[in-house]
Amino acid sequence: MKIMVPVKRVIDYNVKVRVKQDQSGVELNNVKMAMNPFDEIAVEQALRIKEAGDADEIILVSIGPSQSQETIRTGLAMGADRGIFIEAPHETEPLSVAKLLANIAKQENPGLIICGKQAIDDDSNQTGQMMSALLGWSQATFASAVSLSANTALVTREIDGGLETISVKMPAVITVDLRLNEPRYASLPNIMKAKKKPIDVISIDTLGVDITPRLSVLKVEEPETRKAGIKVGSVEELLTKLQDEAKVI
Amino acid sequence: MTILVIVEHDNKTILPATLNTITAAAALLEPIEALIFGNELEDVAKQASTIASITKVLSANSEEYAHNLAENIAPLIQKIASDYSHIFAPATTFGKNIMPRVAALLDMMQISDIIEVISSDTFKRPIYAGNALATVKSSDPIKLITVRSTAFDMADLNGGSASIETITASGDSGLSEFKSSELSGSERPELTSAGIIISGGRGMQDGANFAMLENIADKLGAAVGASRAAVDAGFAPNDYQVGQTGKVVAPDLYMAVGISGAIQHLAGMKDSKVIVAINKDEEAPIFQVADYGLVADLFDAVPELENKLS
Ligand SMILES: Cc1cc2nc3c(=O)[nH]c(=O)nc-3n(C[C@H](O)[C@H](O)[C@H](O)COP(=O)(O)OP(=O)(O)OC[C@H]3O[C@@H](n4cnc5c(N)ncnc54)[C@H](O)[C@@H]3O)c2cc1C
Ligand SMILES: Nc1ncnc2c1ncn2[C@@H]1O[C@H](COP(=O)(O)O)[C@@H](O)[C@H]1O
Repeated sequence: MKIMVPVKRVIDYNVKVRVKQDQSGVELNNVKMAMNPFDEIAVEQALRIKEAGDADEIILVSIGPSQSQETIRTGLAMGADRGIFIEAPHETEPLSVAKLLANIAKQENPGLIICGKQAIDDDSNQTGQMMSALLGWSQATFASAVSLSANTALVTREIDGGLETISVKMPAVITVDLRLNEPRYASLPNIMKAKKKPIDVISIDTLGVDITPRLSVLKVEEPETRKAGIKVGSVEELLTKLQDEAKVI
Repeated sequence: MTILVIVEHDNKTILPATLNTITAAAALLEPIEALIFGNELEDVAKQASTIASITKVLSANSEEYAHNLAENIAPLIQKIASDYSHIFAPATTFGKNIMPRVAALLDMMQISDIIEVISSDTFKRPIYAGNALATVKSSDPIKLITVRSTAFDMADLNGGSASIETITASGDSGLSEFKSSELSGSERPELTSAGIIISGGRGMQDGANFAMLENIADKLGAAVGASRAAVDAGFAPNDYQVGQTGKVVAPDLYMAVGISGAIQHLAGMKDSKVIVAINKDEEAPIFQVADYGLVADLFDAVPELENKLS
């Protein structure tokens, strides 16, 4: 079985994001970029499935600017086998990404697609579910545990009230939550090996997908900042403030 | 123009985030219909019919909807979608699971997690963990929207008398199957609708120490939350997690105990009306958003707080 893992290049989660002066977006110049943290977890899960003998090839796919190939390279250094890179002329929405990925899935026929539950830039939380719909496959979102048997995957999902376990037929799309696993670091020998692993570059025009955005961004602004509060000297003072000043208890 | 709101319920009552969603939809001043699905709908359908802004309740009662499986529900919504200009759902794990699947079946782009309705095609939504707010305009014929509940008030459960219409089910996809669930089922208020929340972080050191927070919560009628670090360490269940990837909350009072204030945590609570931080590190970033900061060892301050509240 093949496993496909879509990986997105995003601003590193430690970076303090800044909105551009002209309100056209956020500042991406000279900002540290990294693989979307959820996608690292997805890659790790694919590696564990392969190591358990339930998969024989892991394919990473990234859509974005040419530097997204570095993101693929990061996943190859973790242990994935090969990459597919689709260069996008502008930012792509989840619907377009899902269509492009579904197209690749039809060519590659993976038994599983494992992706992040959300990209930490757009915070959309859509792509996996959309891909699953377009392929007519089952979906298991927000996974915190996955176990495979012959034709099904048993997935524990993080839901608002607690946890839920479902069984989905394969092929399936699984979107991963933070507690599924701890992604490994790439070792130096694996980083060296990854340099020789193949990345296929596919031209977006050959995929027959209209990627015209449906949403236009009119402006991007900073949220209101909270005004700095005060330090209180004791529990006593805290309670007085909450009762008499803030009147919240 | 008619709007459809997808109702989330637990077979007994409509869940609070749906009531916030209805308020968001009502901003467009158009008739709103409510879609309810499941296999025990009598009580919730009646409840929905009492909401003032709801003009009609559509009820799809069938075994295959018992567990909210997206593969079964998305075709049901797809079937009736063309009657509507907008479809709204709460941005809960329920809505986030189902709505993108519907959007893809309809070939429309979903607008996730809106915090403001600007006009019938323009909405505001947070991106980058709330560090930026994007105003987006949709060119799709049907707008598919999930709503961040903390940004809107709850609709009242009275003043309405909508008709209830049964709609036919769309069948079982056979793709997925519900096995079991482990719900926390606490007696305390739900995190996303609580007026007061007290949350613990890694500084709590141990799950047993959360009992201190629970005692205070019980005295104040509050909910208990946690940072990701506390959940990962097993101090608290996953559904306590507040933040970019957990729950977004905006209570009147949020107390962060032993939480450093990482951007991903702030993303889930910085719109709270009053924020209190108790942390022994005076440099902790949580103090930058706290209205009242107490630099103290939580193992001294929290028991004292509990005592003084009696
Ligand atoms: C993609 C992604 C998504 C994430 N999503 C979330 C999310 O949704 N929610 C979330 O919370 N985090 C999230 N995180 C994690 C986040 O980055 C932080 O790691 C996490 O919030 C830290 O939790 P903490 O504040 O409890 O722990 P720490 O950062 O370790 O802070 C512990 C604090 O406790 C204080 N302390 C220790 N002992 C005491 C004592 N005795 N008395 C008083 N104070 C004490 C310390 O001074 C310190 O400030 C996410 C991370 C990533 C990469
Ligand atoms: N441009 C992209 N290239 C590859 N994978 C992507 C891309 N955009 C989104 N994804 C995948 O879809 C997941 C959810 O993204 P989103 O729906 O944008 O929140 C991510 O965690 C990735 O696994």
